[in-house]
Amino acid sequence: MIIKINNKKYSAAKGQTILEVAREHGIKIPSLCHHPDLDVRASCRVCVVEIAGRQKLATACSTEVEDGLEVYTDSARVKKSRNLNIELIFASHIEKCATCTLRFNCTLLDLARDYGIKITRFPDRKAKRKTYKFANAVEIDGTQCIDCGNCVEACHNQGIDFLKISGHGHEQEIQPVKAKGSACIYCGQCANACPVAAAQEQGQWQQVEAVLKNKKKIVVAQFAPSIRVSLGEEFGLPYGYNCAKKINTALKQLGFAYIFDVNFGADITTMTEAEELMERINDKKAVFPMTTSCCPAWVAYAEFYHPELLPNLTTARSPHIHSAGAIKSYFARQKGINPKNIEVVSIVPCTSKKYEAARAELNYKGKPLVDHVLTTREFAYILKKNKIDLAKLPESEVEPLFNDGSGAAAIYGASGGVMESALRTAASLACAQKKTKNKLCVSRLEFKEVRGLKGFKEATVDLAGKKVRVGVVNGIAHFEALLPKLSKYHYIEVMACPGGCLGGGGQPLPTTNAIRQKRLEGMYAIDKGKTKMRRAHENKPMVEYYQWVKENKLESKLLHTKFKATNK
Amino acid sequence: MAKTLNILQKIEAAGLVGRGGARYPTASKWASFQASLKTREIGYLVINGAEGEPGIKKDAYLLTEKTEAVVNGVYLANQFFGNDKIKKIYFFLKHEYYRDYSKKIKAVLDTKKYRALSKKVEFFIKPESPMYICGEETSIINIISGRRAEPRLKPPFPTQSGIHNHPTLVNNVETFYDISLVAADTYNGHRLYTLGGAVKHRGVFSLPAVMSVREVLQATNNYQDFDFFVMTGGEVCGELLRSDQLQAPVEGSGLIMVFDRKKTDLKKLLAYWLKFYETESCGLCTACREGAYRLRELSQQTNYDQRLFIDLLDNLEDSSFCALGSSLALTVKSMMENITKK
Repeated sequence: MIIKINNKKYSAAKGQTILEVAREHGIKIPSLCHHPDLDVRASCRVCVVEIAGRQKLATACSTEVEDGLEVYTDSARVKKSRNLNIELIFASHIEKCATCTLRFNCTLLDLARDYGIKITRFPDRKAKRKTYKFANAVEIDGTQCIDCGNCVEACHNQGIDFLKISGHGHEQEIQPVKAKGSACIYCGQCANACPVAAAQEQGQWQQVEAVLKNKKKIVVAQFAPSIRVSLGEEFGLPYGYNCAKKINTALKQLGFAYIFDVNFGADITTMTEAEELMERINDKKAVFPMTTSCCPAWVAYAEFYHPELLPNLTTARSPHIHSAGAIKSYFARQKGINPKNIEVVSIVPCTSKKYEAARAELNYKGKPLVDHVLTTREFAYILKKNKIDLAKLPESEVEPLFNDGSGAAAIYGASGGVMESALRTAASLACAQKKTKNKLCVSRLEFKEVRGLKGFKEATVDLAGKKVRVGVVNGIAHFEALLPKLSKYHYIEVMACPGGCLGGGGQPLPTTNAIRQKRLEGMYAIDKGKTKMRRAHENKPMVEYYQWVKENKLESKLLHTKFKATNK
Repeated sequence: MAKTLNILQKIEAAGLVGRGGARYPTASKWASFQASLKTREIGYLVINGAEGEPGIKKDAYLLTEKTEAVVNGVYLANQFFGNDKIKKIYFFLKHEYYRDYSKKIKAVLDTKKYRALSKKVEFFIKPESPMYICGEETSIINIISGRRAEPRLKPPFPTQSGIHNHPTLVNNVETFYDISLVAADTYNGHRLYTLGGAVKHRGVFSLPAVMSVREVLQATNNYQDFDFFVMTGGEVCGELLRSDQLQAPVEGSGLIMVFDRKKTDLKKLLAYWLKFYETESCGLCTACREGAYRLRELSQQTNYDQRLFIDLLDNLEDSSFCALGSSLALTVKSMMENITKK
């Protein structure tokens, strides 16, 4: 069909909204509450347009096109309503721009600039609103909330339903539900859905800035697998672009003493986890399925909602805890540094890692293995604040004692990646065990069945003749449906965030399913490029470290962790 | 000839329209619901007795005086759409109506003719607040589905996807009453008017469905000789008219409030409305949630920015999510245009 926008003709398809058609053709219609992966609520009224013959203005996000529709996106009526709505929204959002991590990426400020908005036309009305903090991970700051309700839907889509809109009208407020059976799992999907940083991570960037100035400390940085394919978005680089080596340079410029890659830690996780899998498979009394435990939001979920499953969780620690362990033990010893003087800063796509890092069982020599956790967004903010343009930086390498990990580590940030990494190594371990019996054994490298953005993926794989059933839960909302048939599986990966870490709650905004797909492609390209080292156990420095841990009997201090029920 | 017409055809011939205020043809709504049920397993009926607009009393009148006819209208709908298709029937009533009339409704449902029907009837009490929006049909659907009391986007229309995403037909109490009359060929083209305020004869009157305000006042012997103005539609959501503007038809849910010009404090009246809208906004859209709040805030300032006041009203008219926002604009603007200026 043909519609007219601002007197120009455009072709459109049935079922498309005005907003979709306009954006397809590069016509600007501003929006605030609209998120491509959420239901259209049409609450902010910023995308209003005028349609010939209709009495009221229409919201472009919710109005489907009809043949012959005549739309005006910038008429006097539209301007008046749109601008007034933006001004009203500004008055329900206390500007905390000076310390807001979205300052350089703020939809509201963009609107103000683009439309000449008088942001103080009405007095702020939410100064006394509460901030709800969930552990040390996520918060909902009522003084900044513009009542769009996206966080509530994001939490609902995760199957958690921990948030609700309480009350109504101008007095309404986003609140955690008080029900005893509900708990936040710190996944941060609310923060990904919030257009105005009301739902956001609890920032630690100020601590990191302070510690970087502390001359007595040796401050080291390590960054997670997925941020190398997402951080570039903040600096105009293409989606999925691998900026790992630019990140190394950026971290050096910020003053970090040593730079590490969590991918090295991911290889430690894979080794530990694959060994445990093989042990369980060879032990007739073992608990099945074994599940991953590297996603702290999944761990929080299991600890609260399914404590009966805690024996199923692998005791292997998560990648950044593993690499922090390697830094504070092995690396410190090699360099002759007292580990107490090392401050490890993890840069992760995740909000729940903040919570994980503070868990008491992950302390080492009286202090946390990971001292500070920054999200991808916080990191981008620090860089921009320090006028470091990532896109223009030269490339450099990580601390040479360790390395940037195998191809298997590179895909850790994608749903199915941990599973595939563990299977690569487990298949080799299984073959090695078999070879002693002088039989031919070929171990598979790729397990494409477990890749992709489907909610649940499964496969039956052959580990040296043994059929192993595996499943991958992509997004915590898909876990409950698996529960009745859980016992059929040997090994399950669970990632709380849709897409895995690449869709994590600390990733750059916007994070949408389309963007997740591009980050995913970037990750698998890195794996492909690691032609000589696509399996964790092919990472020689990692294997040396791993053997050192075992020789010194430090497994419980550096490789394994434990869990406890939290819903009592 | 008349015998061959089914109830839907009769409704169409009678020209019944919705009694909540939007005047949507009942036959079209029924036809859409019927079409949906062809491809869907089940559907729901809702009798809307929320009567959220202050001042209107017609549902109260029908539920107490014409209980059997209302129930019979529901019975006919259930029969027409198919007893096996209609899974549940909700009487959605405001609290006082449930308190005062549910016994009577249950007594009728307990008679032989309606006993089978009564098995699927459920009473649903309207939440206390927000009071107004809880009478709007998509909000009713949200409430019954266990969701937040706020309007839904249309399409999909309730007749396509309503309670728990099943086709749902929401009709006013008065519509079910009219259907009962239509079926018996006794419908005389009337609707119910509620007369209130400074009138001699308050109450609910049955008169021809299309009448001007003046005609209704005259027919009910309520035409006053003092200086007055009226509000039609509702007590908070309606249009204000001077006594020389009474040729306008009665809109909305059929209320006429008469105000004695000399005894009415217009400032107080405005303050009452603004307070009402501020508290009644469900909170969904910016234009109403923030707009109503700012209008009241402005109105309490001395020498407030009148231009901004009007802009906020225009914005409600142009960009509010549902009819509540536009009716605030209508109410306040008609007062400013028709009454205050003169």
